[in-house]
Amino acid sequence: MGKYIFKRTLLMIPTLFGAAVLVFLLLRMSPGDICAVRYLGSGLAVAQEQIDLCREQLGLNKPQIVQFFDFIWGYFIFDLGESMWTGQPVTHEIAIRFELSLQIAIMATFVATVIAIPLGIISAVRQNTITDYVVRGFAIAGIAIPSFWLGLMIILGLLVVTQSWLGEPWMPPIQFKSIWEDPAHNLAQLIWPAVATGYRYSAVATRMTRSAMLEVLREDYVRTARAKGMVEKIVINRHALKNALLPVVTVLALEFAFLMGGLVVTEQVFNLNGLGNLMVDGVERQDFTMTQNLVMLVVIVFVITNLITDLAYAWLDPRIRYS
Amino acid sequence: MSKYARFALALAVGAGLTMGASEPAKAQKKGGVLNFIVAAESPSYDGHIESTFAMVHPTRPFYSLLIRVNPDNPSSPTDFICDLCVGDLPKPTDGGKTFTFKIKKGVEFHDGQKMTAADIAATYNKIIFPPEGIKSARKAFFNMVDSVTAPDDETVVFKLKFPSGAFIPAVATPFNYIYSAKDMKEKGYEWHQKNVNGTGAFKFKEAVAGSHVEAVRNENFHVKGKPYLDGYKALISRKMAIRVQAIRGDRAAIEFRGFPPKQRDDLVKALGKDITVQESDWNCVLLFTPNQSRPIMQDPRVRQALTLAVDRWGGSQHLSRIAIVKTVGGVVFPNHPLAASKAELVRLNGYGTDLKASREQAKKLLADAGKAGLKFELLNRGTDQPYKIVGTWLIGQWRQVGMEVTQRVEPTKSFYNSLRKTADFDVSVDFNCQSVINPIVDITKFLGSAGNNYGKYEGKDQELEDIYAKLAQEGDEAKQREIVRVFEKRALSDMAHEGITLWWYKINPHRSYVKGWKIAPSHYLNQSLDQVWLDK
Repeated sequence: MGKYIFKRTLLMIPTLFGAAVLVFLLLRMSPGDICAVRYLGSGLAVAQEQIDLCREQLGLNKPQIVQFFDFIWGYFIFDLGESMWTGQPVTHEIAIRFELSLQIAIMATFVATVIAIPLGIISAVRQNTITDYVVRGFAIAGIAIPSFWLGLMIILGLLVVTQSWLGEPWMPPIQFKSIWEDPAHNLAQLIWPAVATGYRYSAVATRMTRSAMLEVLREDYVRTARAKGMVEKIVINRHALKNALLPVVTVLALEFAFLMGGLVVTEQVFNLNGLGNLMVDGVERQDFTMTQNLVMLVVIVFVITNLITDLAYAWLDPRIRYS
Repeated sequence: MSKYARFALALAVGAGLTMGASEPAKAQKKGGVLNFIVAAESPSYDGHIESTFAMVHPTRPFYSLLIRVNPDNPSSPTDFICDLCVGDLPKPTDGGKTFTFKIKKGVEFHDGQKMTAADIAATYNKIIFPPEGIKSARKAFFNMVDSVTAPDDETVVFKLKFPSGAFIPAVATPFNYIYSAKDMKEKGYEWHQKNVNGTGAFKFKEAVAGSHVEAVRNENFHVKGKPYLDGYKALISRKMAIRVQAIRGDRAAIEFRGFPPKQRDDLVKALGKDITVQESDWNCVLLFTPNQSRPIMQDPRVRQALTLAVDRWGGSQHLSRIAIVKTVGGVVFPNHPLAASKAELVRLNGYGTDLKASREQAKKLLADAGKAGLKFELLNRGTDQPYKIVGTWLIGQWRQVGMEVTQRVEPTKSFYNSLRKTADFDVSVDFNCQSVINPIVDITKFLGSAGNNYGKYEGKDQELEDIYAKLAQEGDEAKQREIVRVFEKRALSDMAHEGITLWWYKINPHRSYVKGWKIAPSHYLNQSLDQVWLDK
């Protein structure tokens, strides 16, 4: 197992290098200039020499190969550089948003798991009954409804309902406080985006659980367990479910990795100061250093999540052994 | 909107406008924290290099200015008062070339340093004559200034090269934060980009990138009894829906930049008497800029046809219901003494009240130029308010005279790339948005030689440059007004280098418990918050 992990870790290096080359080139190919966005976006008259000086100070006049070398070298010396927009270290900008993004990803995954696995099992066990149809409808609606729309409806619903019931409209807080600092405030803010995102996320997982369970329930060993007179609950939970979880775990893990950097619209809808918003800002502003490093962070999260998922397979299915 | 909602809106707006005049009748209450929303995040805290409201709103209360727009009368484009100086604004001497400001005593920076005239002189020297490698965004505003000196601790003297009507408004620009000379000398000219040390009504407490800036009351503020608030929190929120709902849900009391009419109506409908609306003309205007490096836009008759086709008076009525535009005007902010009256405007191409005649003339000019059925592309910025709305409206106007126009909408960064660098457009939407109303500076936008002019007619209209040169050196306001009319006629009508659409209209719905803040004709102005209090 140790050898397998080592080999997989080594394989990450060309993956990361390829991603670095790609993101560097794509960013430079897109039109725009951070200095123009910064100084001209407001419409105020600003001297051209200020824009030229800005480009000079940000190192944008250096040859691109030098810029690429600086970018890669930063990883060797653990200095990811400074945001071209705020001048703050990239690590600082990411660190202050990482906790929120991680918490949302965990909460959304939790919501999704809590919804998806029981519903998927019930739907499979009661295949083609009214319960199955309701669950499938619920899952399809989750896939069809964009989470940002659901988010907006949640906020509007809270405002309208609280105004009519309490006399004063209430909406979730719009400033993040850590769960360690103020748990009530934290949950009052994050529970809604977690539900909005988790619901969509659960829809995919519900369908995956259902189809995996249907497949497993037709296996000989399940039939044998039933023939032995085993209680149905044990057949489902102990024999069928564990084997059906392999594809579900893959889906959940990939969605988790996606949530770490991809909750762009939901973050905007709920005014969350997370990594998704930071990524959008970086792209909109042509903040190369910030965007490059954020993309690399997402790539790293994906690569590590994939590795952990592969390792989880071995735990779920003893027949799988890595060497 | 139902008639009841309209009635509620009228009451709310009326209350807002009336409040502006009668508010001092109510005793100000001390205490409380004002939460307000800012729609963007500033790259730094340095007023001397930034040009965004996202910097002004959270940081302006940290600093004082030498002079400022009168917070009791911010709607006036010409009413300036002393902030760090004493008494009335100084009258110029030496034939209008010397301004001597007497400086307040006993003012302290937040770190306890005493503020003197030397700090003010050092600040303006940094802004006007920045050392090599140091940015200064508004250096060009002060091209009339020869020197700034502090002969003693209580006197600052500005010597001008020539008398200029642009000087006082330039000094009152809200970005001219007064810094400590010692800070600049010992910590460097770029220290203020990430740090705060001012003499303003509030002191910096905390900032979290992408989230908020928090401030507390400066107990040693140089205006006794102020500020009223214990502090404030500027919350960053990019999405308009959230900004509106934040006010509705009372997570924030106000957003100082402004909302479109629909959002105002929604808030009034939802909150009734708990919301107050203040409205004002806005010192921002959308233009359309023909690219004169393109052969189809080189003939002035074609450009005149573009402006003649536009129904500004009708557009004002209809667009103001859905967008943040309203007022018909020329090159100068409509409420300024140098602005054209309606009688003067209607003499310009495209401002006449006989729309049918204007459009017939447009068709004739196109035919004479051999460009009947002109086809071109309009470049526009991918921002709804008011760019896409006005752009779509313009296309409809041009179709009325047989032009075939398509629209290319680009996100901000590539829009500016197309506008400034590649210039790959036939006609582009552009805008002129300033802080303090300073017409003599603001109208440089219409000069081909200006850095922020994208019409590609540099060197092609010396006459316009000469008219401006005469204006810049004219000290008498009546004569300035005459020259501006000549400038306006040439830029907008005879040569039709640029087309003005409509001036913006600022709408600020806010929680009714916010008192003491009066709307100004710019989202950059009257943001010191020292007058603001909460009636809770």
